[in-house]
Amino acid sequence: MSLNEIASLHPFFQLAPLVVFLPVLGLLINLLVGKRLGEKGIGAVASLATGGAFVVAVLLAVGLAQVSEGGTLTLANWITLGDLGVSWSFRIDTLSVLMMLVVSGVGTLIHIYSIGYMHSDVRHNEDPGRFRRFFVYLNLFIAFMMVLVSSDNFLMLFVGWEGVGLCSYLLIGFWFEKGADGIGNARAAKKAFVVNRIGDFGLLIALFLLFYNFGTLNFAEIFEKAPAVAAAAPGAIMAITLFMLLGVTGKSAQLPLFVWLPDAMAGPTPVSALIHAATMVTAGVYLVARSQALYFEVPAAQNVVMWVGALTAFFAATIAVGQNDIKKVLAYSTISQLGFMVTVVGMGATVAGMFHLTTQAFFKALLFLGAGSVILGVEHGHAHAHAKAGEHGHDSFDPQDMREMGGLRKRMPLTFTVYLLGGLSMAGIAPLAGFFSKDEILAAASEKSIAVYVLLTAAAFLTAFYVGRQLVMVFFGKPRSDASEKAAESPLLVTLPLIILALLAVFGGALNLPGSHLLETWLEHSLPETAPGQFVLPVALISLGIALLGLLLAWLVYGRKPIFEKGQPDPLRRPLNGLFKALENKWWVDELYHAVIVRPYQSIAQFSAGAVDQGVIDGVVNGMGSLVRSGAKWWRRFQNGYIRSYALTIVFGVVLVITYLVLR
Amino acid sequence: MSLGLIFMYSALALVVVVSGIGLITSRNAIYAALFLVLNFITVALLYIVLGAPFIALAQVTVYAGSIMVLFLFVIMLLGAEQLPIAEPLRGQRVLGILLAAAFLAEMVLFVLLRGAPTVAGQAVSPEFSTPTTIGMLLFERYLLPFEMTAGVLLAATVGAIFMTRQPRPDRKGALPAVPEEGKE
Amino acid sequence: MPMSYFIGLSVVMFAMGILGVLLRRNPLVVFMSLELMFNSANLLFVAFSAYHQVLDGQLFVFFVMTTAAAEVAVGLALIVAVFKAKRTIDLDQMSSLKG
Repeated sequence: MSLNEIASLHPFFQLAPLVVFLPVLGLLINLLVGKRLGEKGIGAVASLATGGAFVVAVLLAVGLAQVSEGGTLTLANWITLGDLGVSWSFRIDTLSVLMMLVVSGVGTLIHIYSIGYMHSDVRHNEDPGRFRRFFVYLNLFIAFMMVLVSSDNFLMLFVGWEGVGLCSYLLIGFWFEKGADGIGNARAAKKAFVVNRIGDFGLLIALFLLFYNFGTLNFAEIFEKAPAVAAAAPGAIMAITLFMLLGVTGKSAQLPLFVWLPDAMAGPTPVSALIHAATMVTAGVYLVARSQALYFEVPAAQNVVMWVGALTAFFAATIAVGQNDIKKVLAYSTISQLGFMVTVVGMGATVAGMFHLTTQAFFKALLFLGAGSVILGVEHGHAHAHAKAGEHGHDSFDPQDMREMGGLRKRMPLTFTVYLLGGLSMAGIAPLAGFFSKDEILAAASEKSIAVYVLLTAAAFLTAFYVGRQLVMVFFGKPRSDASEKAAESPLLVTLPLIILALLAVFGGALNLPGSHLLETWLEHSLPETAPGQFVLPVALISLGIALLGLLLAWLVYGRKPIFEKGQPDPLRRPLNGLFKALENKWWVDELYHAVIVRPYQSIAQFSAGAVDQGVIDGVVNGMGSLVRSGAKWWRRFQNGYIRSYALTIVFGVVLVITYLVLR
Repeated sequence: MSLGLIFMYSALALVVVVSGIGLITSRNAIYAALFLVLNFITVALLYIVLGAPFIALAQVTVYAGSIMVLFLFVIMLLGAEQLPIAEPLRGQRVLGILLAAAFLAEMVLFVLLRGAPTVAGQAVSPEFSTPTTIGMLLFERYLLPFEMTAGVLLAATVGAIFMTRQPRPDRKGALPAVPEEGKE
Repeated sequence: MPMSYFIGLSVVMFAMGILGVLLRRNPLVVFMSLELMFNSANLLFVAFSAYHQVLDGQLFVFFVMTTAAAEVAVGLALIVAVFKAKRTIDLDQMSSLKG
């Protein structure tokens, strides 16, 4: 539909393109005149741009409340090539607007937080250009993410998909000269990009298959034709959905492509919060949710998705138990929660998945930002402590290591409160938001498959356990290092978004309380055949009980007197022994990949470069050159300068010609 | 054909061949020039036999009379030296003789295979090639080549003069000197 | 007079000319061998002219003769010029075109 037509549906719908263009405008302003604006100016521009996108999303939501089917706004024709017609269109329906709200809402809060957080970075490095670059990249990310969720065909979705992958790379490697050996961050960014690429390859194949079988890439047309094509060629749909799953495992960090997410923690904490907790990684979940019509045709693919998600959820949760870096725990926790989401959209209970996506955005962002606040405080304390002693070294001190923290409850009370709320919400304690969303997931699982239900429940138990472990290690007991002794609370710019997110994490359950089912009625206009979420009381009670049990166990192991003292080994080490070592080393997955995939690939590359490229190809080309040269050298002997020699040659030629004439 | 005719033609042919051989084998350049003169005169006799008296006389006057005289002048001018017998170029002698023999063989083959006319032509009448008839043909049909030949002779004259003039004392206008053997 | 006779004689003269050009080192003798070759061609022209009873052959000999004269003039001038520069007339010494 054109702009006028959609305005006739509802006047607010015309504003849809602004969700993309406002962040673009923000980044252009920062890019061009950012130097003159100063830190506060740059941050304000970026936050206003994202905030503006949020306001537009709210307006779109208001419009959708009245015109619930939504509409499609076509901006421009992008590709028209034979049968393929792809246009840049905005799909305004409840699913996409929900994603827009989450992305821009959480995004705005994180922008505000970043102004305070990145301030110290500039002070340490004295490179104001970096501040500007950070916000440019953040706005670029928001723009691309909006393209992803607002597109009405698979190709525009892919454009956004790739774009957020790019921004992820740029932002992970933001401090590109830091990290192990001065290159560790760049390596982590590269790893994220490459692993994502493998997933993108799967998605691309799915796109090709889609076009081949359906003749179009438009959502509406494909979902209409889905039953017909499924009847005609069921193998095709299966292939499409499985390749799409490959893309999802890449972007949403599921088995086997999750390895980039923990390394991505090398980026600044706001980046981890926005991209790797709340938004980019949920793109995979959104993709499956959007393509429900395809997945419903192939129950086998649905099963695969479900099991991938469930196994990831459990696997990542086990690793989180053994980690010592505060952000790594949260990273594996993200992978685990994404596993929950992927499981449930694989089952077909899309509403539960989107609900969990929303609440996870709240409490995971909160936890990450809170961790950032903790890290800031500890760094401040470290600088304070060592400034007094006259030292200035930062080398061996890792502000993110939980073993160096402790007792921060008294030093940073606000951070403690919000972190506690976020953690409890994630663990699934009623009546916080996480309880309701997780409960819906478990309820759906209990109906679909008992095995998956057991796996998810175990993952939930482990979630509660590692949340408790983290809370106790960081905030309770006595400080285990000078840094945590002198830690200070963070400034308002940092804590204000935390408070807002905490409120959302607490009250966000209201979105889909059993009985009111707000989200469900909201979403059923965009999703086919959603099973109504049920509130199964036994399941809810079991999950609550499991969560409390997990927290209690964590308190018993880590919190009882004597509380985990400085220098002591982890209390879990002795009972679990070898198992704990495996957990600490993340089941050696990275090492496995390196040995099985990376090293052979590198040796193939060496071989191709050395033996094949230099040896054969260059050899042929150079060989031809030297062949010509030696040939010429031989021929040059005929030019000996003697006239009689030349005369001989001429006569020889004459004789040849006459021979030919004679024999003709 | 009568025996006398055969005898005459054989004698003339013999002289031609012998003088040719003498030309290419005598070490002294003057002897070679003289052999060539003999050759020319004998060929002129053959022309007469073939009914081309004007050409025969032209042969004697132009070829034997002026060209050979020119040759002899230059030979004497350059003090024709006796060059050493040994052939510095490897294989030149062998290949040369080989190629000449091959050429000869091929020509004979050509004649035999393609069948050159072996019968004699009719005898020509005396009015066949008088200066009048030649002149008529020359100035009617071949006027353009005739004039062009004049141009060629003019060019040759100018060229010969230009190439052999003495350089003026200030070295301007001299031909560029040929570089010595050493610097290549 | 059978034509093959004259053709044979002409060919022999030509072959002798070739031998002279290839085997002699004195440029003057080379030139003279060249004249021998011209002559053999002239002989052939005249012979065929008599055979076919057409005068054009003889006329061609006329032109060949004049052109040969011009060529000899220029060629000898060239030899003289080279002699003045090189002080020798050995053909094998003129190998500056060696590549």
